[in-house]
Parts: sequence; C-alpha cells; structure tokens
Amino acid sequence: MNPDPQHYYLLAAFLATWAIHGTYLAVLARKYKKIRQEMEELRKSS
Amino acid sequence: MKRGISTLAVLTSIMLCLALYFALAQPDWPFGTPTERTMGYVQRIFYYHVPSAWTAFLLFFINLGASIVYLARRSPKADIVALVSAEVGVVFCTVVLVTGPIWARPVWGIWWDADDIRLQSTLIMWLIYVSYLILRRVSTSSLTAVVAAVVAILGALLVPFVFFSIWFYRTQHPSPVIAHGGSLDPHMAFVLLFNWAAFLCLAGLVCWTRYRLEIAKREVEEAQALESLMETSR
Repeated sequence: MNPDPQHYYLLAAFLATWAIHGTYLAVLARKYKKIRQEMEELRKSS
Repeated sequence: MKRGISTLAVLTSIMLCLALYFALAQPDWPFGTPTERTMGYVQRIFYYHVPSAWTAFLLFFINLGASIVYLARRSPKADIVALVSAEVGVVFCTVVLVTGPIWARPVWGIWWDADDIRLQSTLIMWLIYVSYLILRRVSTSSLTAVVAAVVAILGALLVPFVFFSIWFYRTQHPSPVIAHGGSLDPHMAFVLLFNWAAFLCLAGLVCWTRYRLEIAKREVEEAQALESLMETSR
C-alpha cells in the first residue's frame, strides 16, 4: 500500500463505522444480560 | 428459528469480510477494485458511507409502515417493529454523519458545509429520529406508542426530501452515482451493491435480535407488574 495521508482518513472512517456498530452491539448485549438476570429473579421468586 | 439466526449470522460475517476486502483491495490484488482518479484512495469511504445511508433510509421507511399499521390496528408487534427499525436506522444514520465529514475533509478541505442542503437535512432527520427514541424511552404515558407513531409519520416526510435533495438542488455533495444520469464504473457499482447487501444482512440480523430482546423485555415487565400486583393483594 502507498503511505498516503489519505489512508488515515479511510482508516478513520472504517474504524469509526465499526466502533459505532460495536458500541450498539455492546449496548444490546448489556440489555440482554439484564433481561436474563430479571428472568432468573422472577423464576426464583415464583 | 435459532438455526435461521445462526445461518444469517454466519452469512453476515462472510459477507462483511468480503465487502471489506472488496472495498479496500488495490486494483492489482485478486478481485481488486479500481481507485477513483480524482479523489484517490479516500474515495473508498464511499463503500461504507452510501450503503449505510441507503440502509438507514430503508429502515426509516419500515418505521413509517409499522407506525401506520400500529395506528390502524394497535398491534404491539407493529409498535416493536417501529421502535427497532428507528433504533437501528439511527445507528446507520450515525455512521453516515460520521463518515461523511471524514470523507469531506481531504476532498472538500472542510469537515462540514453549513450551506449544503443534503448535509443539513440529514442532520435534521437524524435529530428527529433521536428525539423519537428519547420520547419512547422517557415517556411513561399509556399514549406513548401512539404519539411516537405520529412523530414517526411526520418525521418520515423528511426522508424522501433528504434522499432526493441531490437530484433537485446544486450542492457540494456529489450527485447520484447509480440512477439519474450517474455513471459509475461497473466494478465499483458491484462493490457498492455488495457492501449494501452485507449491510442489509447486518441490519436484518441486528433488527431481529433487537426485536426478540424487546419482546422478552415486555414479557418480563408484564410478569413483574403481575407479581407486584399479587404481592399487594396478599
């Protein structure tokens, strides 16, 4: 690959895209974990 | 159903890896993509920026359809589809708003053009859907879903304007590359459409996961409400 400054912009754009999707997926994973815990608590209490 | 999701997850992973390769591959690599003459290598941001925008438009369109169905039938499933499509649509629209300025800086010399109607209308559209999600999150009224559906329908009026703004206004933003007289190299068009297909698979997978999560969340909330009701009646 050419050591061109344009590559940094390209890299930044691609990394930003995956950072946004990764953050959203992490939020979903946290929500899933919380719901699983709440389901477990409901099961125990009943 | 679990098998279908696993298949979609595997397909999405393969598609995204291939899409990334096609987007970055130099012309002399196997199945390499040509580099655009005037903008150079940075033009490849296009393969993430444009498919993300198309996916966001599609999800906002689904949000509109689901909101209309909800208002007509009061179907909880339609309400969940509306919520999920708006949420995932905002994620893709965020990608558009972040990658756009990163592309604009080396090409236009500026991060943002405050006079560009495409840029401004996209930002306003994003703010409308973020407001929609905030409304759904903070409001505890029983009418939240109805009000949100009305907001979604009004917000959707802006979506075609954003999409067609580059057809009717002279802006800094590039003109359409596929339709309306656009002349994109066939190989670049293939890479663009392949990336879109990969992002559609990702959107489908994320939407399905979020849909199941929302159903589970509502079931837990119902069970908790029932439990607290039983405790108070004891």
